[in-house]
Amino acid sequence: MNAEMISEWIAGGFILLGTVLTLLSGVGLIRLPDVYTRSHAASKSTTLGVLFILLGAFMFFWIDEGYFSIRLLLGIFFVFLTAPVAGHIICRAAYRSNVKLADRTVRDDLKKYMKAE
Amino acid sequence: MKTNDLILQTVTKVATFVIVLFSIHIFFAGHYTPGGGFIGGLMTSSAIILLLLAFDLKTVKAILPVNYLLLVAVGLVFAVGTGTGALFFDAPFLTHAYHYFDLPLFGHTSLHTAVLFDTGVYLVVIGVTMTIIQTIGESE
Repeated sequence: MNAEMISEWIAGGFILLGTVLTLLSGVGLIRLPDVYTRSHAASKSTTLGVLFILLGAFMFFWIDEGYFSIRLLLGIFFVFLTAPVAGHIICRAAYRSNVKLADRTVRDDLKKYMKAE
Repeated sequence: MKTNDLILQTVTKVATFVIVLFSIHIFFAGHYTPGGGFIGGLMTSSAIILLLLAFDLKTVKAILPVNYLLLVAVGLVFAVGTGTGALFFDAPFLTHAYHYFDLPLFGHTSLHTAVLFDTGVYLVVIGVTMTIIQTIGESE
């Protein structure tokens, strides 16, 4: 087993991990009860999954083909920066348009601040 | 209801620079790799639209005091100008030429007149997109 094969295995492992995380977030989207928990599943694990897939692709092209793709690094930075903000914005829009929380919810700290305004 | 856009506005300030840098990269890399004036212009205008989403129309107009209709005209002049420039050298309309130059910072670089034509496309795309968005955004 030479260095190139090891690097291919590492890159493949990253990509597999990323796809599994993305699949998990898909399962979370179906099984969780309301918008807020679903956005929790969608924004967190999909972001990490996409980051792992991009990192695997970056490592593959870097080690195997000797091509240092700065675009993939920029993509990793950009997704890491913007995806959680998108989740935040969607959640806040949902809360402001009075989307109901799940029945199992025990407390709602944001309610008194929204009432106070 | 009091609005609080702190997170969106802060991230927009960083993300806009990334998008504009990437669009300029795509614009200049268009000759050898996928890209070019059209998607470069679309990405630049999408960065401006992100600014419009995070801030309001007046703020963005203060940041970028650009008359987008004038930008369309300038882009068309660029495109027609590179076309008619060929006529002065006894070549057919829209003939392009390139040569290698030794620039101080970039070294041995090939400069092509098609870049000027692409600049025209870039400016027209930004101008048209921003005119459409602003016209729709302003009308009540």
